[in-house]
Amino acid sequence: MAATEKPPVTGTGSVALDGVLTWVDQRFPLISTWKAHLAEYYAPKNFNFWYYFGSLAMLVLAIQIVTGIFLTMHYKPDANLAFASVEYIMREVPGGWIIRYMHSTGASAFFICIYLHMFRALLYGSYRSPRELMWIFGVLIYLLLMGEAFFGYLLPWGQMSYWGAQVIINLFSAIPLIGPDLSLWIRGDYVISDATLNRFFALHVIAIPLVLLGLVMAHLLALHEVGSNNPDGIEIKKNKDAKGVPLDGIPFHPYYTVKDILGVVVFMIVFVVIVFFAPEMGGYFLEYNNFVPADPLQTPAHIAPVWYFTPYYSILRAVPPLFNSQFPGVVAMGVSVMVLFLLPWLDRGAVKSIRYRGTHFKVALAAFVIVFLVLGYLGTEPITVWGQFGSWLGNADRATVVARICTVIYFAFFVLMPWYTKVDKTKPEPERVTFQ
Amino acid sequence: MNTLITLAGTRERAFFHIARIGKPLHSCRNSLQALALLCAAAVFTGPSPVAASESGLRLDTAPIQPTDVVSLQSGASTFANYCLNCHSASLMRWNRLMELGLTESQIKDNLMFASDKIGELMTVTIIRKEAKQAFGAVPPDLSVIARARGADWLYSYLRGFYRDPARPTGWNNAVFENVGMPNPMWQLQGERVRVEQTAKGEDGADHAHSAAAKSVKYEMAKPGSLTPVQYDETVRDLVNFLVYLGEPAATSRKQIGTLVLLFLLALWPLAYLLKREYWKDVH
Repeated sequence: MAATEKPPVTGTGSVALDGVLTWVDQRFPLISTWKAHLAEYYAPKNFNFWYYFGSLAMLVLAIQIVTGIFLTMHYKPDANLAFASVEYIMREVPGGWIIRYMHSTGASAFFICIYLHMFRALLYGSYRSPRELMWIFGVLIYLLLMGEAFFGYLLPWGQMSYWGAQVIINLFSAIPLIGPDLSLWIRGDYVISDATLNRFFALHVIAIPLVLLGLVMAHLLALHEVGSNNPDGIEIKKNKDAKGVPLDGIPFHPYYTVKDILGVVVFMIVFVVIVFFAPEMGGYFLEYNNFVPADPLQTPAHIAPVWYFTPYYSILRAVPPLFNSQFPGVVAMGVSVMVLFLLPWLDRGAVKSIRYRGTHFKVALAAFVIVFLVLGYLGTEPITVWGQFGSWLGNADRATVVARICTVIYFAFFVLMPWYTKVDKTKPEPERVTFQ
Repeated sequence: MNTLITLAGTRERAFFHIARIGKPLHSCRNSLQALALLCAAAVFTGPSPVAASESGLRLDTAPIQPTDVVSLQSGASTFANYCLNCHSASLMRWNRLMELGLTESQIKDNLMFASDKIGELMTVTIIRKEAKQAFGAVPPDLSVIARARGADWLYSYLRGFYRDPARPTGWNNAVFENVGMPNPMWQLQGERVRVEQTAKGEDGADHAHSAAAKSVKYEMAKPGSLTPVQYDETVRDLVNFLVYLGEPAATSRKQIGTLVLLFLLALWPLAYLLKREYWKDVH
């Protein structure tokens, strides 16, 4: 007996399959979910290049979860065994090196996709009303991803794993009053040790991925509630046909599923070139020093985080200590990420998309991108990389001075945003999206 | 393989073995001879870049060829004879060397001096505490040393030893100053000494662009059993092997990668055509 009054499923071309789907649909919101999120989710038809990275980030998430599961089958979260177990995977486990390189390359690919995805939001004002909550979920995903990457990077137990974690955990000890206890609580020991490795493993493989998946779900649900933004930054829901379908909208499936398949193939080509031909990526994806087992007694001459953290690491180093405390730098670093949450309320522009913004915003965004990249580069290098200024500038390290200027510009992008977006001379938005 | 003949002669004089070197190289193919000429050119055109300056150290490019099986076999032999007494390669199993065209018995008879099971890891029996006392540091495991240091560094380092009476072992290194390790292949390379001189450009243009007031060069005080060219070839083979040791799957990685890439490149136009077909109705 049918559990509900829903009509039977038809049209699969097979009577048996129709029957099975009908059976399921009467007990589960199968067809309604399919329609709401794919077949009758109407996305603007004018998505461009920048709109590939959301689905690509999901692909990388899937790659990371699947390869991660297989890695845990041979990885040993034990300070005495961890380093060798990774090499065991690389040498003795059949296909182990493919899994490991996919995972290590996937970590960097994830950040590349996420950074481009976030940049897209900046370009087209995708964080603006009514998408503020989706943006907040997105920034939370980004924060969790940073945590996930940080915890995961300790697991190979190489020198950079160890000393990178040392630097980051010591940041917490710079917090007044609770700092030392807090860092002790994070480590689970007075130094980074087996206890730290074990808890980081637990956080990396269970805690963070669970929350991450939940947030990705929330991010998508919020997106499908308010609808996608587009390169014109106008709402397609303003122009609907008699059936209530947006005139500039097309069903996500099949149009964007087939388009994303194309994106996936191109992405995979790049991914495969790195995985199989340059897995170390010149020391940026796998740091050379991480092929030396962790040695608590030997501090490496130059400790650099992996590239995706380096803009923030640069900000940390750029802020001078106060009363011998690194705390101001730690605060600056924290604020530099947290400020992203405020973006929807800092932007007072009359239009969303960069296509109709004025010079002010374009210059600000260009400056922001440049300083982000410069800070990112400087974070991978020692502060002596560009030598020193002469005595007229107190023999200051050039890289530090540049990083300080970039840090100021980084924060100015956000602090001045209410002003420059408001006074910007914007162009009128079109009534309908621009297509072809 | 030519090298196997020489591998067969290595077992008797395992610790400081000099008999094998040279022979496989003489009988090697033309490509190796061409490489040898390149090495010779590098050696005879003045002091090596490694020794050129202490500050802005330039490393020599290691002329390694990861697919050259003869070179890898020769390197494996040098490794087993000269490195594996103090250093381990404990992440690598002996029988994996069969990838280099060696048979189980060849590995057992010619390379394995301390262990007896072919499936064992390349460990050593050196006692860490004693090693620390003798050299000031425990000799590191060499399994992934090439991935940490890079081929050029190893190639320069292994050719960079010189006599230094101030050091406890009597040896120092141009690349790794005051290193605890003595020159393991001194009988092959010979004994070099460091000569400091004020730069007057007496031996060529190499010093001209060096900002250092004094230049350093290394002179052969006591030649070894190999000529400098032969020694460079030996080190090249050894470094080639160390690079292989760092990632034994590297060669098959590239082969599989090529197939995967070809598959995706074939998929690309199909994905594009599929997209274009669907998007025909979007206006």
